[in-house]
Amino acid sequence: ANDAMIGGLFVYNHKGEVLISRIYRDDVNRNAVDAFRVNVIHARQQVRSPVTNMARTSFLHIKKGNLWICAVTRQNVNAAMVFEFLNRFADTMQSYFGKLNEENVKNNFVLIYELLDEILDFGYPQNTDPGVLKAFITQQGVRSAEQQTPMGGVASKEDQSQITSQVTGQIGWRREGIKYRRNELFLDVIEYVNLLMSQQGQVLSAHVAGKVAMKSYLSGMPECKFGINDKITIEGKGRTTEDPAKQGRAAVAIDDCQFHQCVKLTKFETEHAISFIPPDGEYELMRYRTTKDIQLPFRVIPLVREVSRNKMEVKVVVKSNFKPSLLAQKIEVRIPTPPNTSGVQLICMKGKAKYKAGENAIVWKIKRMAGMKESQISAEIDILATGNEKKKWNRPPVSMNFEVPFAPSGLKVRYLKVFEAKLNYSDHDVIKWVRYIGRSGLYETRC
Amino acid sequence: MTDSKYFTTTKKGEIFELKTELNSDKKEKKREAVKKVIASMTVGKDVSALFPDVINCMQTDNVELKKLVYLYLMNYAKSQPDMAIMAVNTFVKDCEDPNPLIRALAVRTMGCIRVEKITEYLCEPLRKCMKDEDPYVRKTAAVCVAKLYDMNPQLVEEQGFVELLNDLLSDANPMVVANAVAALSEINESKPLIEVNSQMVNKLLTALNECTEWGQVFILDALSGYTPKDEREAQNICERISPRLAHANAAVVLSTVKVLMKLIEMLPADSDFIASLTKKLAPPMVTLLSAEPEIQYVALRNINLIVQKRPDILKQEMKVFFVKYNDPIYVKMEKLDVMIRLAQQSNIAQVLSELKEYATEVDVDFVRKSVRAIGRCAIKVEQSAERCVATLLELIQTKVNYVVQEAVVVIKDIFRKYPNRYESIISTLCENLDTLDEPEARASMIWIIGEYAERIDNADELLESFVDGFHDENTQVQLQLLTSVVKLFLKRPTDTQQLVQRVLSLATQDSDNPDLRDRGYIYWRLLSADPAAAKEVVLAEKPLISEETDLLEPSLLDQLVCHIGSLASVYHKPPSSFVDNTKAPLRQLQPNAAALATNGSSTGMDMDSAPGLIGVPSVGGAAGGAVPSQDTLIADLLQLDMNPMGGVAAPAAPAAAHVAAPGGGLDDLLGLGGGPSYGAAPAADPMAAWGMAPAAAAPAPSGGGLNDLFGLGGPGSPSLGGMLGGGGQQGYQTPKALWLDAATHKGLQVEGAMVRKNGAIYMEMAITNKAMQPLSDFAIQFNKNSFGLVPAQPLHIAAPVFPNQTTQVSLQLATNGPVQKMEPLANVQIAMKNNVDVFYFATIVPMLVYFAEDGLMEKRDFLELWKEIPEANEQQFTIANVRNLSADDICAKLQANNVFTVARRSVDGQELLYHSIKYTNKIVVLSELKISAASQSLTLSLKSRHQTALVSLEEVYQKIFDN
Repeated sequence: ANDAMIGGLFVYNHKGEVLISRIYRDDVNRNAVDAFRVNVIHARQQVRSPVTNMARTSFLHIKKGNLWICAVTRQNVNAAMVFEFLNRFADTMQSYFGKLNEENVKNNFVLIYELLDEILDFGYPQNTDPGVLKAFITQQGVRSAEQQTPMGGVASKEDQSQITSQVTGQIGWRREGIKYRRNELFLDVIEYVNLLMSQQGQVLSAHVAGKVAMKSYLSGMPECKFGINDKITIEGKGRTTEDPAKQGRAAVAIDDCQFHQCVKLTKFETEHAISFIPPDGEYELMRYRTTKDIQLPFRVIPLVREVSRNKMEVKVVVKSNFKPSLLAQKIEVRIPTPPNTSGVQLICMKGKAKYKAGENAIVWKIKRMAGMKESQISAEIDILATGNEKKKWNRPPVSMNFEVPFAPSGLKVRYLKVFEAKLNYSDHDVIKWVRYIGRSGLYETRC
Repeated sequence: MTDSKYFTTTKKGEIFELKTELNSDKKEKKREAVKKVIASMTVGKDVSALFPDVINCMQTDNVELKKLVYLYLMNYAKSQPDMAIMAVNTFVKDCEDPNPLIRALAVRTMGCIRVEKITEYLCEPLRKCMKDEDPYVRKTAAVCVAKLYDMNPQLVEEQGFVELLNDLLSDANPMVVANAVAALSEINESKPLIEVNSQMVNKLLTALNECTEWGQVFILDALSGYTPKDEREAQNICERISPRLAHANAAVVLSTVKVLMKLIEMLPADSDFIASLTKKLAPPMVTLLSAEPEIQYVALRNINLIVQKRPDILKQEMKVFFVKYNDPIYVKMEKLDVMIRLAQQSNIAQVLSELKEYATEVDVDFVRKSVRAIGRCAIKVEQSAERCVATLLELIQTKVNYVVQEAVVVIKDIFRKYPNRYESIISTLCENLDTLDEPEARASMIWIIGEYAERIDNADELLESFVDGFHDENTQVQLQLLTSVVKLFLKRPTDTQQLVQRVLSLATQDSDNPDLRDRGYIYWRLLSADPAAAKEVVLAEKPLISEETDLLEPSLLDQLVCHIGSLASVYHKPPSSFVDNTKAPLRQLQPNAAALATNGSSTGMDMDSAPGLIGVPSVGGAAGGAVPSQDTLIADLLQLDMNPMGGVAAPAAPAAAHVAAPGGGLDDLLGLGGGPSYGAAPAADPMAAWGMAPAAAAPAPSGGGLNDLFGLGGPGSPSLGGMLGGGGQQGYQTPKALWLDAATHKGLQVEGAMVRKNGAIYMEMAITNKAMQPLSDFAIQFNKNSFGLVPAQPLHIAAPVFPNQTTQVSLQLATNGPVQKMEPLANVQIAMKNNVDVFYFATIVPMLVYFAEDGLMEKRDFLELWKEIPEANEQQFTIANVRNLSADDICAKLQANNVFTVARRSVDGQELLYHSIKYTNKIVVLSELKISAASQSLTLSLKSRHQTALVSLEEVYQKIFDN
């Protein structure tokens, strides 16, 4: 039951003016452009669904900044695919001209049309990899300063076939003949810890969304093998000499992982080996999620007391929970205040705190904090008594941001091996850098 | 200078100026001009006047400029077909260019020029490009075939492009394969030209590992249409695609899930393989919840389907569906739905504390839904009911208006589920009477007061306060008020007589709403004729409401699971309901009904039967015609349909979805709120209808009903079926059977048969009076049954039947009544009344009276459907051909009974006949008859999406042949 694809694609500014409109199928016409503007962009209430059906026409949209990007169809399209595509389209534009806003879209409209011609054919998504697209779509549109054209002018015959084989190729993410004097690999394990904790300190839900971001500068067509301390691999190879009890603790249970298209998924399925030919430069090798044995870097303990109808006292204690030798950075605690707050008095032991009326929150910032420490803030909030007592203010949770130099999931890189059969460099010659960063995702405590 | 300047030129004479610039000698100026033209086109200005000037710029070696011109051409070619031909030469030339990028660009653009005339020029270059040495050109050419097919399908077939596409499936380049699959699938969708076979599947599985993420989606979607020939193949495909679950692209993941869900059905349910496979499914779906919110939304809508189909997969994952403060509202709403589906005793505490939290949020809709969800938990998990009620009470204390109203509505449902348990809270509810301003909440409160009138001391005062503003109330409140006051009167007759009379007269004399009037009259008559009976009827014990909440109708669910990831799975509607020129052979559900069945918001007010919230599995089914799955049968004839229009209005009036709910029958009398007016029922003079000549009250809607028993209503409009009739030829008719025996039925003897003639169903009866007195005042009523069979008009017997006399009656029936699955399927329970008594009997209706006249299928549809229906749904029988009928005889006999010949063919001395049957409820049955010259017997194979539709069909065939 495969169904036809996207019939048209529109980009609007926040006012609903069309910046880009490309129609791929006869069953979609320009009336659709107006229908979406009138019924969705100009609708009075907030958007209740990213999919809207009007007159048997479906509109699937995403919002990026002030822009609306909308795909239109009259068929039963693969909705997941359309949304993935719209996001990819946005990424591609960003990688060409930087920030996605009205100004940049207008400045680059010719380029965008050219991209749309290439990445959607008759509404079917084609290769959307910006790295590959940049090899042959080189519009001289105005770019933000930091963007450079990788290739200019008319491509030679060799280049042409190189381009076409790359666009359509099995290894569409890497070209042949790359050479570096120094073969280097940078590997970042970046984790986002998400937490929802009840008022009483009970973990309602916690998970780590992690990714392995790589920068590879390697010559030729190297094969890489990557190993981590995940439970299945380690327990599967129980014959290692180390103490098994110790290993069990060190292993991390990965709920699910997803890989860049360069990773051989079949090999992962059968041998649990992460094996790949890396793209050149920056890319995201894998994403994973864990839910067990997460080391929560901070504990937030909020105490709220409604003293009277126009006064509230809030105390928030923050405790760091990791090795004392490590330092957390960029710590920010956000304590929501009622919209009718008239004044706030603050005392904090460490860092700086400010009441931000526009954001209805007290923002408490601490530059650095070592492990196993604690700090606290007290606030007195004056509330303007309003007549409307019935509409109770619903306290949003206290949220927190931070960065710590370890992986809260416990994930460790065990090895990253590089093999290049044709060129004469070996795994030992490659310089490898590994770094762990733990950041806050949605880190919230109800109060 | 930036390109954005092109968006701002709006001065007069612009077109002329552009024309000059386009014809300029300077390349740079030309290019600038074309850019301006494109910018104008984008914002919707008409620049078609510049067509020749722009086309003139096409001959250029500047690729950027060429692309801009092409863009213009694609946009305007349709409106200027003759001019577009001018461009053909350039295209043909470009298709020979040494640069593959130019060749591909030419073939790609040429396909986008939607001009019929251009197609003939397109064929040769396209054929060349499909065999181009460069894969980029080939992958572009593959899609171009789909474009051409969209314009001129015949040409594509004639020119052999389908075969060429098929060849591309074996291409060495995976992207070429992927695009060829996409194009072939699209072509196959409108006309099956290529059958997917296992060899092709193998090629696709190989390409799957190597092509782009989008290509993987095309391939997986194509695979989802393939049915493996055996278990081994199914398992093999599962093994080869399951690694895709780890792909970073959500569409790849969901399409993989789709194929796996389909294949799982083919494998033995208890195998280890299935167990390990289903284990693999949960993590990737959970991961989708950390994707972009739009993708989360699509994922959640699909998870909603998956947990209905296979509740085990995600039963451990409750926590991931907890709502986050910053989730967009659409994600929150969907998470809430899934949470309720996953709620069970083991996690109910957690769920409840979450729901309580949500009920204090800001978004009104979300809060309402959360409150409702608490009620649903109470009904679903009995152990939690008490906690839920306590939580609801707490919420009522917040006095937030909409929270209170919503809580009242769900508490009413809890009372229905657990009668006599939580009535202690009624006083708290009564305190909030004044704040209720929404009809549903008011009606719920009124229901509670009426239902528990004996425990509320001032029930009369409370109801009276509502009665004062009777005419300002919404219909559903009025109906409820009427019923509740009658209940009150029956419970406390002494001091409420005045009140009841006042309400009855308000409803019957001062209202122009026919539903209200009808109900008023029924009560009035009932009360004045026999108060004891009234008590029995109105205060009868009500059936409990069911636990599972708004599940999708199973056949719809199965259909949607085949569309995982697509819009159908997002809307929870079959593609046919939102896509034009659907090729889907079966329309199973009315879109409105489907939507209502899923969104969980209760629009109906049938409180005693099936509140919309509690949902009735067969809501959609009844409206759309599929056999509903509710199998609990309340045989009590008090359940006889009382609804003025039965299910008639359901498809037409979305607001009245509850009409189709099987509970909406005599339940009304038991104190149901009726819904808002069912469609447009013209107001008939109540006095005319009141026991007077029924013929006078023509417009009164009538699906049969107890109103006839009381002499209300008039003849219904004749069934359309009569007009669709297939000529005068008559099919097999069952002989009359004895329905009522005089000996045990006070002298009334009825022999009858259900027959189909002239495109309608008739109930033929011979009514014999074996008593001593004349029999008169006949009326008839059908209980809910599998096919919604009801009288199309009241039973009208002109003169009394005198002792020892027999009267022949032919009563036309319709199939638009309320539906409830019966056991056996064809069983119908009937009540017949005369001046002596009411009699009940049941009869098995011969299936063939339900065979509709429009059952002939297109060959293509037949073939497609035959393939689509799984092997498991096929049944085979041997039928004796005692009369030695020839193929022609058989077809003629079947045709006379609305079994239509779709196709015939002979293979090796065997004659194969293909027939289609369509039941009145739109369910289709396909049949294949094998006639072997050598043998006396026929082999009959029957297939339908609905196994129940095949029950005892072979007997029907046998009867037709033997007759």
